[in-house]
Amino acid sequence: MAPLLELDEVRARYGPLEALHGVTLTVAEGEAVAVLGGNGAGKTTMLRAISGLVSASGEIRLGGERLARAPERVARAGIAHVPEGRGIFAELSVHENLRLGAYLDRRGFSESYERVCGHFPWLDRRRAQQAGTLSGGEQQMLAIARALMSRPRLLLLDEPSLGLAPIVVREIFRILGDLNEQEGLAILVVEQNAKLALRSSSRAYVLEVGRVALEGPSSELAEDESVRKSYLGY
Amino acid sequence: MTEFLQQVVAGLASGSIYALLALGIVIVYRSTGVVNFAQGEMATFTTFIAWTLVDHGLSYWGAFGLTLVIAFVGGIALERVIVRPVEGRPPINGVILTIGLFILLGGLSNWIWKAEVRSFPPSRPFPTSAWDLGGVAVSKQDAGILAVTLLLMALLWLLFRYTKLGLALRASALNPVASRLVGIRVGWMLGLGWGLAAAIGAVAGLFTAAASPPLDPNMMRPVLIYAFAAAVVGGLESPVGAVVGGLVIGVVLNLISTYDTHLHLDLDPVRLPIALALILIVLLARPSGLFGRQVVRRV
Repeated sequence: MAPLLELDEVRARYGPLEALHGVTLTVAEGEAVAVLGGNGAGKTTMLRAISGLVSASGEIRLGGERLARAPERVARAGIAHVPEGRGIFAELSVHENLRLGAYLDRRGFSESYERVCGHFPWLDRRRAQQAGTLSGGEQQMLAIARALMSRPRLLLLDEPSLGLAPIVVREIFRILGDLNEQEGLAILVVEQNAKLALRSSSRAYVLEVGRVALEGPSSELAEDESVRKSYLGY
Repeated sequence: MTEFLQQVVAGLASGSIYALLALGIVIVYRSTGVVNFAQGEMATFTTFIAWTLVDHGLSYWGAFGLTLVIAFVGGIALERVIVRPVEGRPPINGVILTIGLFILLGGLSNWIWKAEVRSFPPSRPFPTSAWDLGGVAVSKQDAGILAVTLLLMALLWLLFRYTKLGLALRASALNPVASRLVGIRVGWMLGLGWGLAAAIGAVAGLFTAAASPPLDPNMMRPVLIYAFAAAVVGGLESPVGAVVGGLVIGVVLNLISTYDTHLHLDLDPVRLPIALALILIVLLARPSGLFGRQVVRRV
């Protein structure tokens, strides 16, 4: 498969503090890739660098073309970013959140809407509800649904399991699996829940203090001694 | 009864102008989260631009239209150059900045155009005659001002409620980062909000000049206080609330001065304090205004 997203020696800093020390990573068309790592490993920073939310040096390409370093232009290029803490519009209704997701899509709202509601049927029933009053799991699902409304070429997810009950997390990962397998959506997911992340991806990277420490097929990483000790806990 | 209705009509006319300025305040607040204390001085400034245009030979309505365009562009420029640095900062920064802008623009108006008596508009924008509705005289000018106010309110309501642009304007104010991630050019949205507000403020200024000549560099100062009262009563977020608030304040203040002539309480000097008291009461009893939506958030 041709590479969709390529990061080449990407460095990013917050003021004087460098958080990424040259990360090289690829996501192929239709591939689900997981990034593991502890707190402060640079996982979130890496996603923010891709989206242009932090300034970064090094090359970031989408479909072979250099990505602009501004979030609105990265979105235009076809990357949808579900940020840590979901970043929904709490004051707006469920439906308004979804309309905003389709902000760039000129091909028509209703087709995307039907497709997204196929994955999250409750969204349509509760379209008028204020998004801030949804439960944590529902807010996470709304954030993913909103990202899908833009018909992205690549979906970036930052800790989708954070603070959610196990049953909700399983539901979310089941839907992500469907999106990847049935619709061929490329996904790059950053996740602390290593077991789940490895099970739902084909390849994975382990980030440690801003560098790629390990990479390989997810099934192999799940067997790796150091990964098991540090991230899987057995 | 006839006198009462007559005074209500007169109150609606002045209330329309408060409502227009309040609409400008609501737009800026809703699209950038900044409370714009300079809204009145911006209106004065643009009204003087209209006067200058007429002075150079333009027709009144020609100058009116051109002034709206100038105000719109000027509002965008103000946001991009001056307001930009305080956006997303604590609200007090925005308050200080727009108060500074108030002083700056007020000073500029007084400096450029000096305080001399000018007749403006040169001819009345609306006919001077009045309709007689069962003994109540409704001047065509008052009716025209009220009609324009209601039309602008309806357009804004439609914009914010039903259009993609309006939704993007609201989203940019609520969550700039998430807005950028869905592809909205947030910088332009904020500029656009200020441009719209400046243009509506210009209408308020032009109508103030028409309703209470002569043209005066300080004419919008009392209007601003009433407009703030109107915007707060309406909840700072709602165009409909701002207009209803403006009309109510216009009518109430007018009735107070009318009946005061019978009561001899000499209330006229406390018109402004009454408006301020109204702001205080609303903020205490219903902080999100009569029309604002209470925000519920689960954390």
